[in-house]
Amino acid sequence: MAGVNDKVAKLEARDLDVTFRSGRDVVRAVRGTSFAVAEGESFGIVGESGSGKSTVLRAICGLAPVSGGTIKLDGRDLPNPRDAAFYRQVQMVFQDPYASLHPRHTIDGVLSEPLAIHGFDNREERIEKALTDVGLGSDFRFRFPHQLSGGQRQRVAIARALILEPSVLLLDEPTSALDASIQAEVLNLLDGLRSARGLTYVMVSHDLAVVAHMCDRLVVMQHGRQVEELTRAALQAHRAETDYTRQLLAASEGYTPA
Amino acid sequence: MSLLSVENLRVTFPTRQGPSEVVRGVTFELGRERLGIVGESGSGKSQTGRAILGLTPPPGKATADRLEFDGIDLRNASARTWRSLRGSRMSMVMQDPKYSLNPVMTIGRQLIEALRYSGGGAAKAEAMAMLEAVQIRDPERVFRAYPHELSGGMGQRAMIAMMLVTKPDLLIADEPTSALDVTVQVEVLRILDGLVRDRGMGLIFISHDLRLVSSFCDRVLVMYAGRVVEELDARDLSKAQHPYTRGLMNCLPKIDDDQRPLPVLERDAAWLE
Repeated sequence: MAGVNDKVAKLEARDLDVTFRSGRDVVRAVRGTSFAVAEGESFGIVGESGSGKSTVLRAICGLAPVSGGTIKLDGRDLPNPRDAAFYRQVQMVFQDPYASLHPRHTIDGVLSEPLAIHGFDNREERIEKALTDVGLGSDFRFRFPHQLSGGQRQRVAIARALILEPSVLLLDEPTSALDASIQAEVLNLLDGLRSARGLTYVMVSHDLAVVAHMCDRLVVMQHGRQVEELTRAALQAHRAETDYTRQLLAASEGYTPA
Repeated sequence: MSLLSVENLRVTFPTRQGPSEVVRGVTFELGRERLGIVGESGSGKSQTGRAILGLTPPPGKATADRLEFDGIDLRNASARTWRSLRGSRMSMVMQDPKYSLNPVMTIGRQLIEALRYSGGGAAKAEAMAMLEAVQIRDPERVFRAYPHELSGGMGQRAMIAMMLVTKPDLLIADEPTSALDVTVQVEVLRILDGLVRDRGMGLIFISHDLRLVSSFCDRVLVMYAGRVVEELDARDLSKAQHPYTRGLMNCLPKIDDDQRPLPVLERDAAWLE
């Protein structure tokens, strides 16, 4: 894979299969996906609903059953179930900030829980700093999620993920529940945090333009399979190899009469 | 002659802090064309669409200086007048088929109910033809299916079929494609486009997606905090004057233009005036 052959990839999935079974029904949500993400790189996964793009992230996190293939972090196989050391390194931001924050916990509660679990010191300062880093003042600290707008909630979700100082962030459609103007703010925030801290991102989205903006490299998924891998430059030059990617590209430019 | 004229439309909801006006004096005319209403959440775009159909949820109240559909005054329309208009002459497609279709009725029965027949050969034939018209490949199966047996895209098409089977003159589509995948979205828009062209239907297309609306509609109203801040021809969108419209356009990431950080929309309190 381009650019990562010379050293060990930060995060690598090889021939990843995820199969859900319920009774006689078998759903192969992810079939043989492989990719490698270098340290400090931002990698995108694009696809439509049911393509298995979110399932890949959930499988990395240990939230979906891996039925085949391997996932490696820093060249080492991941323990199953994932241990605390893994979550220190890898954190996830979910799609819907209205659903991913506990409605009856204050922001302070949301942010102090991971610190308590992982036994961090200086919790006061860390919480204050995490809130400042995502552009929220400390006066947000004792509010409840319902007292925040969607964009502010997603900032809290990002602060929650970053408070453990992980090196990898898994971003599952972090802006698709937000208005366009708020999306721009959150994307800028994520972009800035990555360059300031050298974070590695794996970002999933159905929006090709968002992924093209955020990621250096991306794969396109359809029906659980990897259809194509592209660099940002190839995408900008509209050098797509498969019909499906070309369709996605055309659709991202708005409506064209038949 | 215009199909719909709206003058100084206001929608108010009572709150504990006194009445809150969510639509504040919207005025526009609609012919047999595709009109887009764009705005972010809370801009009042959906409430505008609902008020036109007399569907402002209580305790909200809608008032207007003029609200006329094809010469009929809708402001104090009787229940009988509304019954003769809604569904048959003006109808609405909602955002999410999951919440707008009856979960315990088959698609076929809902379509026939929309046609207000007791059920029979002709009504079924018409319903089937409509399902085919919205590009459903296996109309026989969809006709017999319950909403949960259909995918999101299919459900949305079934709902569009239901709204169009009565051949309305005016269709209000509230984010009709937001829950759909982009490739399906294009198909649904083609269906709507065809209906405007072939049948001369008037379409109000409500969406948060400025890029989509500008490529699909003839004319665009941009709403901010309950007001229309700008009205312009869709093809002139790049020449928009209002800072809000320009800000909305600029803050979208673009594939071929690698600008970072993305320009952020600075809201100006003066826009509220």
